Amino acid sequence: MQKPPFRWHIVVFLAPAVLVYTAVMIFPLFNTLRLSLYTRIGSDRIFVGLENFQNLFGNPIWSEQFWNALGNNFWFFLIHMLVQNPIGIALAAILSHPRLRFAALYRSAIFIPTILSFVIVGFAWKLILSPIWGIAPSMLDMVGLKSLFAPWLGKEEYALTTLALVSVWQFVGIPMMLIYAALLTIPEEILEAGEIDGITGFSAFWKIKLPLILPSIGIISILTFVANFNAFDLIYTTQGALAGPDFSTDILGTFMYRTFFGFQLQLGDPHMGSAIAGAMFVIILLGVCIYLFGIQTRMRRYQM
Amino acid sequence: MNKARSNPLNTAAMHVALITYTLIALFPVFVILINSFKSRKAIFRDPLALPNSESFSLIGYQTVLKQGDFFLYFQNSFLVTVGSLFFILLFGAMAAFALSEYRFKGNTLMGLYLALGIMIPIRIGTVAILDMMVATGLVNTLWALILVYTAQGLPLAVFILSEFMRGVSDDLKNAGRIDGLSEYAIFFKLALPLVRPAMATVAVFNMIPIWNDLWFPLILAPAEETKTLTLGSQVFIGQFVTNWNAVLSALSMAIIPVLVLYVIFSRQLIRGITSGAVK
Repeated sequence: MQKPPFRWHIVVFLAPAVLVYTAVMIFPLFNTLRLSLYTRIGSDRIFVGLENFQNLFGNPIWSEQFWNALGNNFWFFLIHMLVQNPIGIALAAILSHPRLRFAALYRSAIFIPTILSFVIVGFAWKLILSPIWGIAPSMLDMVGLKSLFAPWLGKEEYALTTLALVSVWQFVGIPMMLIYAALLTIPEEILEAGEIDGITGFSAFWKIKLPLILPSIGIISILTFVANFNAFDLIYTTQGALAGPDFSTDILGTFMYRTFFGFQLQLGDPHMGSAIAGAMFVIILLGVCIYLFGIQTRMRRYQM
Repeated sequence: MNKARSNPLNTAAMHVALITYTLIALFPVFVILINSFKSRKAIFRDPLALPNSESFSLIGYQTVLKQGDFFLYFQNSFLVTVGSLFFILLFGAMAAFALSEYRFKGNTLMGLYLALGIMIPIRIGTVAILDMMVATGLVNTLWALILVYTAQGLPLAVFILSEFMRGVSDDLKNAGRIDGLSEYAIFFKLALPLVRPAMATVAVFNMIPIWNDLWFPLILAPAEETKTLTLGSQVFIGQFVTNWNAVLSALSMAIIPVLVLYVIFSRQLIRGITSGAVK
């Protein structure tokens, strides 16, 4: 029997994607993890094993900044989960209402902030919240709340929460769209069956729709998690690489950038930068695994 | 028609909620745009007023166009975005075709390998990417950015496109084979035109993050002649931070092209998201 000829076209079809992806994404990823095991002394690169990580977690020079950035990052994520996703779900629930007029118009308008870059969003809010310009205080004045105004971005205790809310403002469109799509797939018969049993309006949402869209909420949570632990641009744009005031808005992305490139008097350290990237990698991987094995498989899916 | 679900009071409440949120979403953009056309005095005296014949001024735009090379930045952003999209779509569609069309050893494994990158952000490898770009002399070229964005966009592109490639009729492809078309001709002439809608979705998904990215332009191509619009406006605004006219005009110049693109592509984008392509 003759062996079938080797199918070269499969190689030709796969090669470009696999090569670019391997060379520019997978290889650098592992190379970064490898670099985190070295340090530079003079002009030599020396293998030090896990010493960089020991410093990162335990040596006060590094660990204070690291735990601060990690804590801030969790707070940043928490605000997104508590504010962005509920607002997104609520908007989607309203938009998916049948026979709602102008739904497409609202949907497109609310999505506009999501398409803008962090640079635009960051500076726009910086101007609006600026005490010099005074838009925010004068608007609060209109509703009689002027006393609440403070230079939020400049105060240690408010800056991170303010930036998280700006980021929420920007990205609310994504959970809104995904939940909206999920709500549209719920068949009319199920809702009608509920109506016959007297379940309408709010209770229809809580008792019928919400359980059915839980898988989408799970996807949104993990997307939010990955995006938040990878965030950098907004903080860098508004507060600079030092993530002021006094590092109160520092998150892992800005910490890694500052360590890798250096700033002011501190020299850049690619090996410590790699170690931070390694820590970020592990955190994101843990999050994705918890989602894939802990949440997604246990979630009840209903046949629709 | 059920009464409870079309109660006029409910409908009014829903519109009030939506209008309120729409105002919250659009207000900052609106404030930036109107104030960019006003004189410095008017910006501070009455920030919420529309520009009128007395307060109208283009001084900010004049400064921006004189000081910053915004046309060059725009051109760079455009080249990077279009170049990356071209390679993401071409390479992604080719790989998706191979994975969905042929049975070969390691097919599933290859699919999983390519899907890994959907969840892991490419930024984590930045240190080694910069090393590599320095070693190959690609640093401060647009190619560095195009390569990175292509690698970043491929996993999701392959994933979405292979779903759609599976939907292309086998009969059609086999008829092509009987007519003596090569596998390459089948891909380019039969399969590719049929997945065009999916390719548009992939393109729109990738376009926004590439255009808006600050991280890689800042690290891989910060030179004046390779700055993208996002990095260019960031640096420009940083320098002119006290010149409010210039800052507001620079922001508006960064907003307007994106808004125009959004108006053109928003139906495609929203259909793409809601069709469940990202599930």
